[in-house]
Amino acid sequence: MIVPYGHIFVLAGIVFLMGAGCAMARRNLIMILIGVEIMLNAAGIAFVAASLRWGAMAGQGFVLFIMAVAASEVAVGLALIIYVSRRTGTVNADEYHVLKG
Amino acid sequence: MTFYGIVFYLLAILLLVSTALAVSRTRLMHAVVYLIISFFATALLFYLLGAPFLAGLEVIIYAGAIMVMFLFMIMTLKMEERERRAGSLFRPWVFPIVFGTISLVLLSALVWVGPGHGLPLNLAMASPLDFGAYIFRELWFPVEVVSLLLFVALAGALYLGRGKNRRKRPSVSTEKTS
Repeated sequence: MIVPYGHIFVLAGIVFLMGAGCAMARRNLIMILIGVEIMLNAAGIAFVAASLRWGAMAGQGFVLFIMAVAASEVAVGLALIIYVSRRTGTVNADEYHVLKG
Repeated sequence: MTFYGIVFYLLAILLLVSTALAVSRTRLMHAVVYLIISFFATALLFYLLGAPFLAGLEVIIYAGAIMVMFLFMIMTLKMEERERRAGSLFRPWVFPIVFGTISLVLLSALVWVGPGHGLPLNLAMASPLDFGAYIFRELWFPVEVVSLLLFVALAGALYLGRGKNRRKRPSVSTEKTS
């Protein structure tokens, strides 16, 4: 016997909100990507807990695909960061204001 | 509280503290190192919740591959040592904390009134053999789609990351010969 499912779900929620806050509050592009990674990780925790709760393997399968999506997302994201830092010389999200948005 | 419950709460504390530290560090290198600790805690949590194969993958992919990519990026990119901010250090955190607290209270309330909130989960373990058989028997099509996605990501990363001096190289060599 471990703990109730709700405790694991709330833990995943707290970690997800930390990642969301990181993506919202930080202004460095790499920290924004790290926030997205934390959010995907928290979703994985919720999926594995749900897989144990209902005794279905589908939740664990989902986590496998979340990992693949996270890996490809971070590869493309870091390549984009290199690209924009070559073009503009900065990785600060506040300094991309060419469109004056 | 059983032994597994104690392990879960210790892991939860480790996960929350290391993630909070990773999110709030101003030096990127420290943030990435704390994040590696957070991913190790997540891997142990996966093992506790009965997914040993995913625990291994978490260490290999997240703590290994993805964090190494972040470390290389931080070490190669030229950037400021500390983040430059427009206002004070805490002002950008106000709205995320307010909205996050509201969401968290609502989530906890929903979990609390939901059915079966007090029932502890039973211990179970999905062996890697069962997991692999399930993946390739039931989810073979998503696996193919994911392989395509990884290939597209590889091509996109190569395209975006190619150097600007690719065309200059022949001219340099001709200058040398002439």
